[in-house]
This record gives sequence, structure tokens and C-alpha cells, in this order.
Amino acid sequence: MTIEINNRPYDLPDDARISLLDFMRERLEFFGSKKGCNQGACGACTVLVDGERILSCLALAAQYDGRSVTTIEGVANGDELHPLQALFVEHEGMQCGYCTPGQIMSGIALKSELERGAPSNVSSDLTVAPRLSRDEIKERLSGNLCRCGAHNGIIDAVAAYVGGEEQ
Amino acid sequence: MSVHRATPHDAARLHVSGAARYTDDIPVPAGTLHLAFGLSTIAKGRMTDVDLNAVRAAPGVVAVLEADDLPHDNDVSPSAHDEPLLSAGEICYLGQPVFLVVATSHLAARKAARLGQITYAAETPLLTIDDALAADSRFEDGPRIYIKGDAEAAIAQATHTVTGQIEIGGQEHFYLEGQVALAVPQEGGDMVVHASSQHPTEIQHKVAEALGQPMNSVRVEVRRMGGGFGGKESQGNALCVACAVVAARLGRACKMRYDRDDDMIVTGKRHDFRIAYDVGFDGEGRIAGIIFEQFVRCGWAQDLSLPVADRAMLHADNAYHLQHARITSHRLKTNTQSNTAFRGFGGPQGMVGIERVVDHIAHHLGRDPLEVRRANFYAPADATSAASGDGHQPAQAPPAQDDLATRGAAPKGGGVSTVPATAQTTPYGMEVTDFILHDMVAALETSSDYRARRASVAAWNEANPVLKRGIALTPVKFGISFTLTHLNQAGALVHVYQDGSIHLNHGGTEMGQGLFTKVAQVAAAAFDVPLDHVKITATDTGKVPNTSATAASSGTDLNGMAVKIACDTIKDRIAACIAERYQAASDQVIFTDGHVEVGAERIAFKDAVQLAYMSRVSLSATGFYATPEVTWDRIKGQGRPFYYFAYGAAATEVVIDTLTGENRILRTDILHDCGKSLNPDLDIGQIEGGYVQGAGWLTMEELIWDDTGALKTHAPATYKIPCASDRPEIFNVSLWDGANAAETIYRSKAVGEPPLMLGISAFLALSDAVASCGTDYPNLQAPATAEQILSAVDRVRW
Repeated sequence: MTIEINNRPYDLPDDARISLLDFMRERLEFFGSKKGCNQGACGACTVLVDGERILSCLALAAQYDGRSVTTIEGVANGDELHPLQALFVEHEGMQCGYCTPGQIMSGIALKSELERGAPSNVSSDLTVAPRLSRDEIKERLSGNLCRCGAHNGIIDAVAAYVGGEEQ
Repeated sequence: MSVHRATPHDAARLHVSGAARYTDDIPVPAGTLHLAFGLSTIAKGRMTDVDLNAVRAAPGVVAVLEADDLPHDNDVSPSAHDEPLLSAGEICYLGQPVFLVVATSHLAARKAARLGQITYAAETPLLTIDDALAADSRFEDGPRIYIKGDAEAAIAQATHTVTGQIEIGGQEHFYLEGQVALAVPQEGGDMVVHASSQHPTEIQHKVAEALGQPMNSVRVEVRRMGGGFGGKESQGNALCVACAVVAARLGRACKMRYDRDDDMIVTGKRHDFRIAYDVGFDGEGRIAGIIFEQFVRCGWAQDLSLPVADRAMLHADNAYHLQHARITSHRLKTNTQSNTAFRGFGGPQGMVGIERVVDHIAHHLGRDPLEVRRANFYAPADATSAASGDGHQPAQAPPAQDDLATRGAAPKGGGVSTVPATAQTTPYGMEVTDFILHDMVAALETSSDYRARRASVAAWNEANPVLKRGIALTPVKFGISFTLTHLNQAGALVHVYQDGSIHLNHGGTEMGQGLFTKVAQVAAAAFDVPLDHVKITATDTGKVPNTSATAASSGTDLNGMAVKIACDTIKDRIAACIAERYQAASDQVIFTDGHVEVGAERIAFKDAVQLAYMSRVSLSATGFYATPEVTWDRIKGQGRPFYYFAYGAAATEVVIDTLTGENRILRTDILHDCGKSLNPDLDIGQIEGGYVQGAGWLTMEELIWDDTGALKTHAPATYKIPCASDRPEIFNVSLWDGANAAETIYRSKAVGEPPLMLGISAFLALSDAVASCGTDYPNLQAPATAEQILSAVDRVRW
């Protein structure tokens, strides 16, 4: 039983009850994903599994045998920041920073969700691809809480990433 | 110069990489033990039998401690010594820590903590303001009262009067990083504590007390917090003390992190208030006399409730010149969480009171509330000297007494202030000389297109029976300084190394507000070197001692000044050395653009530093700053508690659904005063975030306790904070460009708390929307949840 995290394989824990978040933080010392509420309501622990975002606090590590997990530590290309990471710096999309890793992982995932036409709660039509809008972005980021209220910078950064700089 | 410029947060790159280290991310030593509290399940009574056998027998449990097992002081209060770490028998609220589990893992400790079998002799808890009033359960001997003039007589003679009352709910901090601590025992009984705390000195003090050791045996380090908002001023004491006591006892590192539900059940929140008012005014809405009665639900322990309640009284005027006022404050003791500091520290509640009154007056007279606000404003700064006085004479106060480093301390006296008899004064006798809201409000009125939008809101409401709009423009005047005068001090430690790099330390803590960046800008500006020459280091009680909490918006004002003083000391030494070498006077040596110039000579900063080192000149200095001019007697309610005021104004437009009570903020325009901003980007971030948090408090964040005293909203699933989709569609924020009249660091102004109160405009915009549904005053209560709005709509309609 192995799981790939940021392109490296790891043996899964013997105890099947360990959450993916605890496995990463406590066993592997990947501290980038944060434990905000540990009940799937704050988004600070968001990671990608084969490109799809999940809440790692609600997932058991054992569920992801053979799957590929990407965390905030795995999105940069060496010293070169991922474009969305750079946009978060540029747009001041943070204050205390605790929600930032989750926001960025959600931002990366929501771009691919939009690109493949997945609708959201605010999409006007479920049968056609949603129109790219700030409302779509805001809705798709609303599962990632930011108590500092840095939403303006967060939304601007993700909008620039999703729609290109001109958006 | 590196100040007055937008530079990103110092740790921005670390944050986006997930490499920024919080307390929970510090790799722990092998054998670290994990702690969890067993919590009471009743709100009031006594424990008659405590059976912890199942806890001790649970897998992974190493030890279980009760109150009797604590070696020294069983207290984690900031000052009143009324807050035991573990209950010794008496239960004061539901969720009170009663025993402490030590286990080999976090999960094992938490699981075992649920297994305690405790038998209680339960009593009827006092949960509400009414419960406490009926039982006369309060802190201090009675209510505090501030009096100016004769409010009763003024109201009796006034043309118009209204009376009313508003309930204002509390607020959970919901710092995204919960409370957490790590204690690592050292040789000789010393202790190092890694804390998520706004007040490392208080942690040091409480840990030393609990260990029965002097403060010099305890070192507390705080690199950053994942949000604080006041919730980490005193509420982290319990975790740090618990970890340190067990670490000392077992000789192993100990870590404790509250689970989110426990965090919300155990820790204090923003004080909920009831404010009753009785006001007399003329046909223009000018207030002749006003009586406020503030009822403050403090919870079970005193914590910081007295200065919180004081600050609510100190902001009962907000921006308005009250000639005759009486403000009474009841500090009520209840069997609920011990309410604590929260951004604004009582100021927001006091301000909601007076803004509600002005709104009520405007409704009574059928006037635009903005005009009533203007009619009551203090006179502008430039006209202050010519303003007609109110003849109010400040009282003489007894001398100050010694005190502790916490805002919870309650001195019996303060200094003496002298105010000219002709001055315009606050209800507490402070002269207002820097009032700039006339111009700011006029500018915002124009930039937000307030008049035209007010008309279009009215037209919309005429045409639409279901969706109703509302708009409000409200001002903020917030007093800056700790009201416990002696806390207005700060220290800094600056080293310049041989290679010209600078190491910076100060007493403030970083919780996301950008303090470290601003203070580094101050240091870089002092030497005029690039910002990347300055290394900002974790707050450490071993480097800068006796610090005040990073609170009261004071972080940059105090620590920035202390850092500048330290840098200036080193600069003077380097300048003297260079001057001697080039046979010039010290004051001819200039630090500019990464160089040091003297006459025609220009040498790199690094080379100047090396010359100084070779000349055996000390390149390390401390800096110390104490705010001048503040003096305050909190018992008499007289003096100058604040060095200056920070100002702001916000216009908010909302829409409500009168069938469901659902509501949205459509547009927000803010103009805020940061003096001469040290860092406009960071300041705008504070303003946006403060507004969002303030609007959240007054519109959607609702705390509910059941009849047993159990908090039912103890997780994000039941407690709603604003999220990305709640962001107003239009959100314009501008800085008021003007230097602080007071001599602050580079003439900037504090920005942490004042913007929170801009959120009051959202609450009053909702009230305005409800008012359009009928003729009665909406009497909206806070938070204005969908349920509140729906019932207010029903009230005004029927």
C-alpha cells in the first residue's frame, strides 16, 4: 500500500483510521496543509488527489492507495513559484497566512473544474459550461474560510489565474 | 526610504509555499507528550465525586492531573487570580477545564479526556444579562458611571425625546489557527515555551508563577500566529501553563492544541451587550442630553472585562460632541465563557450604541441620518481653538499605583489632565483637537455618490414590494492607546553585523497584521538601506523583556518607535566614528541610499559598519519608547486616555428579502485615516478585513447557548463567518491622505482595530432597508440575522 505525495511514494500507515491530514502532518512532517477545524468546514487542509481538490482532514490516508496527492509543498517548480502562488504574493492574498495553502490548492483545482465545465451553485444553467465570472470564483472559494478578511486579494489572485491577467 | 511604500508582507513567499511555520508546525522533540483537558458538563455547581480511573486506564495515557496535583499557583487569569487552570471543585461554566490528560498522542489524550466520571451537585446557572441583574452578580462593587453636565435636565428640556434598547451579540474570534502551545524543558529547571500568543510576557509570567520560579527561568517565543484578533491576549495562558507544568514534572516536551469545538467551548469571546438609551434632541437632531446604560455580559472570570467595559464607555460618544451625558456600565458576572479582548475591545459595542441612537433620532424626525450625524459632529480640527467650550472641568485624580503588564489590572487612580475651560471635550473630559471627519465624510459622500444612491434606493423601494434596499454612511472615531497608561511602552533590540546585515527584534507579535513588515520598514528607513538587509526575528522574552500585549492597535506605534530609537543610537555611534575618521562633525554624516556620506566621501553602509567595528564601536542597541501625554483615571472617568484618534467612514448599501429575511451587501465604500501610511497595501488589507469582521459580527455571526449553558454554536458548521461569496459586489477602499497631528512613527496612525467599526454601516443599512417596509422604527437587534430581519420587517409592517 503506497501513496504518492508530491511525486514521491510513501508507505501508507498500518492504522486505517488515520486521516490523510494527520498522516501528512504527523508522520511525514508535511506541515503546509493546516488543521483549521478538522471537520471539513474551513478548507485549510485542502489538497489535490489526481488533480481534484479534497479536504484531507475528512479523508482517510488508506483510501488513497495508489493515488497521487499534491500539497502546497508540491506545486512550485523548484525555486520558481507556481503562477497562482506568485499571484497571491502580487495581490496580497493573505494576512496571517494560515488559510493560504488551502486557498491556493482550491484556486488551482477550481480552474480545472471551470475548464471542464463543472457547474456550481451560482451557475445559471447546469447543461452548459458555466460562464467565467467573479461570482463563480467567489462561490467556488467560499469553502475556504479566511478570518482575516483578505478575500479581495484572494479573489483577485484567483481571478487573474483563472482568467488570465487581463481579467 | 522604505516607509510610506507598499511592500508585500515579509513572509508572503513563505505563506504561499506552505513553509511559514506556526506553533503546530514546529517539529517536536522525540518523546513529546500531548495534553487535553477534561471539561465540565454543567455550568454551575460543585463536583462531589471525580472518578478518573477510566481516563488513567485509557490507551496511551501517561498521567492525569487534577487541581491538587499542581505544584504552585493554580491560576491562569491575566490579573485577578480568579481563573484556576483546573477547577478545585467549583464549576463556573459549562466547558470549564477540570482535569488534565497527558498521553502519547493528541488523539489518545482527547479520547481519554472524554472518559471522566464526574458527579455534580448542580445549581441554577446565571446565563443571561437578566439572570445576572436579578442576582446582582457583578464585577467591581457596582456600576461605573461617567458624567458630564446634567443629562436629565437637558433631556427634560428638549423638544424631542426617544428611548430604546439594543441587544448586541458577542463574537467568536475564530482565529483559523486554534490555541496551541509547546513547552520544552531545559537544564536546571528552565522552560522554553513556544506559544501562539499576543502577549508573550504574560505567558512568561503565568508559567513562572505556575512553576514557582522567577521569570528569568522561562523564555517564551512567538514567531507568528494564524490570526489573533484579541483571542490570544489571555486565552492561551491555560495551554502554556498546562504544558509547562507537565513538562517540568515529567521532564519531557509537552504540546497542547485545542480541537476546534473545545476551543470555542472553552475560550472567551467578544462581550455581548445590552445598551439602553434615553436621549433628548432638537428639531435638527442635535443631541441635548443623553443617558446610556450599558449591560456587559462578562462571563465567569474577570479576565479583561473591566477595561473592555471602560472602552465601551469611552466610545459612547463616537464622533459626536455630547454636552450632557451620563454613561453607566454594569459589568455582569455570569456562568458562561469568560469574555475577553476582541478587536476593538468594547469600543465597537459602545459605538453601536450611539450610532443606533443617531439612527433612531433621524427616523423620529424623518431626516437623513447623515445630516443628523453632521449636526452632532465635534468641531473640526482647524476650528477647535475657536470652538465654543462646554465649560467642563476635569476632576483632579489621585496618583497612580503600581501594576502588572496586563490590561486586566485595575488601578484605582490615574494622573491629572489639564483641559482649557473653553475646549470641546468628550464625556470623559478629553479635549478633541484632531477631528477630521467633516472633510472625510464629505469626501466619501461624493466618492460613494451617497445622495443619488439614497434617492435611487428610495425609488427602488417604491417600485419593489419584496426586495428592499437600504443605505447607511457611518463614521468612526477610535481612541488610540492602552487605557491602562503604563502599558504604553515598548522595547526593541537591534544588531548590525559586520557584513552590514541587520537583525531586528521588538516586543510586538505578528498575527497577520503586517507588524513585522512595518517595523522592518522603519529600521530600513532609519539606516536608509534596502528592506532585505533587515532580518525580522521571532518575538522572544529573552531578547526584549516586559512587553505589553500586541493589542489596542498599538503594535506599530509603540514598537516602530522603539526600533527607530535603537537604530538612531547605532547610527549616532557609527556617525561619530566616521566623523572622527574624516575629521568632520557627527551631524555632517548622512545615511543615504545604502551609503554613508560625509563631505565628499561616500562609503557603502557595509564598509562604514566594518570601520565602526574595527574602531571597537558597539553595533548593538536597545530602544525604548513610552507614549507621551496620556493620563487617565478610570474610576472618575476623567483624563486623556488616548494619544490621538483614528478616523474612518463607510457607506454600505444592502438588499433584503422581506419574505425570508435573507440579505446581501451590494456595495461598500470606505475612506479611512491611517495618518501618513507606513505601508498602504498592508493598511488597506487591515481596513478591508476589519470591515468584513465588523459586518460579520453585526449581521451573521450568532452565538447561541441553551438553557443549561451549553454553547450550541461551537464549530464552523453552526457559526457562520463571512466567506468569499459574502464579499460585496463593489468594494472600494481609499486612504485619507494626511499626517497624524500627534508625533507618531513617521506620522502614521494605528490601523488594527478602527476599521472593524466601519462594519456598523452594514447593520444600519439593513435597518434602513427594514424601515422602508413601514412607519415604525425597526428596532433591529444585532446580529441582524435573517431571522432578526424577518421579525423586524413584521414589526414595522403590522
